[in-house]
Amino acid sequence: MIGDPEKSAISICNLSFRYDAQAVLVDVNLDIDPLDSICVVGPNGGGKTTLIKLILGLLIPETGTVRVFGRKPEAARLRIGYVPQYAQYDPQFPISVLEVVCMGRLGQSFTGRYSRHDREQALAALAEINLVDIASRPFSSISGGQRQRVLIARALASRGDILILDEPTANIDHESEVKFFDLLAKLNQRMTILMVTHEVGFASTFFKRVACVNKKVKIHPTSTLTGDLIREMYGGDLQMIRHDHCCSGEGHSHE
Amino acid sequence: MSELWSVLFDPNICFFRYALLTGIFASLPFGIIGTLVVVRRISYIAGAISHCVLGGIGLGLYLEKAVGVSWFGPLQGAVVASLLAAVVLALVSRHARQREDSVIGALWAVGMATGLLFIAKTPGYVDPMSYLFGNILLVSKSDFIFVLILDVVVLGLVGVFYHKFLAICFDEEFSRLRGLRTGWLYLLLLCLTALTIVLLVRVVGIVMVIALLTLPAAVAGNFSSNILQMMLLAVLFCAGFVVAGLGVSFTLDLPSGPIIIVIAAMVYLLILVGGKVAKVFKK
Repeated sequence: MIGDPEKSAISICNLSFRYDAQAVLVDVNLDIDPLDSICVVGPNGGGKTTLIKLILGLLIPETGTVRVFGRKPEAARLRIGYVPQYAQYDPQFPISVLEVVCMGRLGQSFTGRYSRHDREQALAALAEINLVDIASRPFSSISGGQRQRVLIARALASRGDILILDEPTANIDHESEVKFFDLLAKLNQRMTILMVTHEVGFASTFFKRVACVNKKVKIHPTSTLTGDLIREMYGGDLQMIRHDHCCSGEGHSHE
Repeated sequence: MSELWSVLFDPNICFFRYALLTGIFASLPFGIIGTLVVVRRISYIAGAISHCVLGGIGLGLYLEKAVGVSWFGPLQGAVVASLLAAVVLALVSRHARQREDSVIGALWAVGMATGLLFIAKTPGYVDPMSYLFGNILLVSKSDFIFVLILDVVVLGLVGVFYHKFLAICFDEEFSRLRGLRTGWLYLLLLCLTALTIVLLVRVVGIVMVIALLTLPAAVAGNFSSNILQMMLLAVLFCAGFVVAGLGVSFTLDLPSGPIIIVIAAMVYLLILVGGKVAKVFKK
């Protein structure tokens, strides 16, 4: 199912957002066509996650509008598959991989019960990322890279038209990363892809455009992404230390 | 031990049977709601609700004894106060994210304070000890009926909305994006927690509510690979702790609430240590 080609998949117009007194995003304009692939980069605290949350309708813009397939984000939410960072999950939560993926099918029934069709869709999504064989394993027992892929399967299970990923490559090795971008390329044939990342270099080989977010949003075709441009948007030197790693109050453990 | 059996089956002594039956049937909501509280990590919220219950108990005692309202006693007061606390806490978590812990702390203390003030103004001597530390041996027939009603309500609602509760406990943000009304579900979860706490107050008292709510679930969590298993095991462990606690308290003539908690805590500790030892031996 592809949205009306006349319309943008995501359209942001004159948007500004602030947390209390601090302006996070100022006068943002962004149009993303259906089947576009966009990589969102920028310094930490520059507003990447805020931008994503505004598109998902989890935050309300101070001024300006966000439209997803021409509708308000709250109304279009079910057409978006969202992949958050896996590190935010309680590593001891007793839940199986299939149960996590099935959550992508929530919102189909009043009680939240899954039909046979829902389970088939969840298994199909797991098949798409080659993880059917671990469907019944506990989510806590699989590796970080596998968890990340399971979260992608959960987003795919909801059969949306837009896939939004937040730092999905943060914890996977280079070989898996190559496979990961092969998967994205395949998905991009039917879905619009928006991905937040801190690794500009490798990502630029896959994405059609790059959105640099640092209070303002600037769009560049990936072909023009040069060292000078990267230095400009990160303000001098590039730091590859992750400050954006978020934990729960109790912290989390690394296996 | 034989004395215990004779008391248990003595047709003239019913309080012990009531206590035992209440303990067993109450383990259902304790285990189920306890599991959700543990995985959702809201035991501090359960603590705040439990301390607010004293406010309601005080109000109930005051209205019953000082004003003469016959239909509003401590149990009704406890139910009203716990539900009110649940609503306030749900609103706070939605609208004042960063100040949530301050509000929880304030509510915790204010509940206790109003309870003690009402009790001070209630004629006759009221011993707050039995509310603070509980006494399952004092449960009456009306308490037992409350337990049965709560069993039906908790089993029914959690049974019907199992997947939704699981979803908001695992990932509230994603659930919201899938169109779940997470605010209402969270409120429902807190209200069920509140009613369960009213019952817990009867069994182990306000101060020890959190322990009996979370320890069985925490023990169960070590052996479970999904929430349903964890709930079932938590119910069994909880029933085991209550029955064992009652037995020990009767044989050694000690207060039941603290014994139940100590047994639960010892089992939890043993399992934690056992798990660590097993890990070392595996290596």
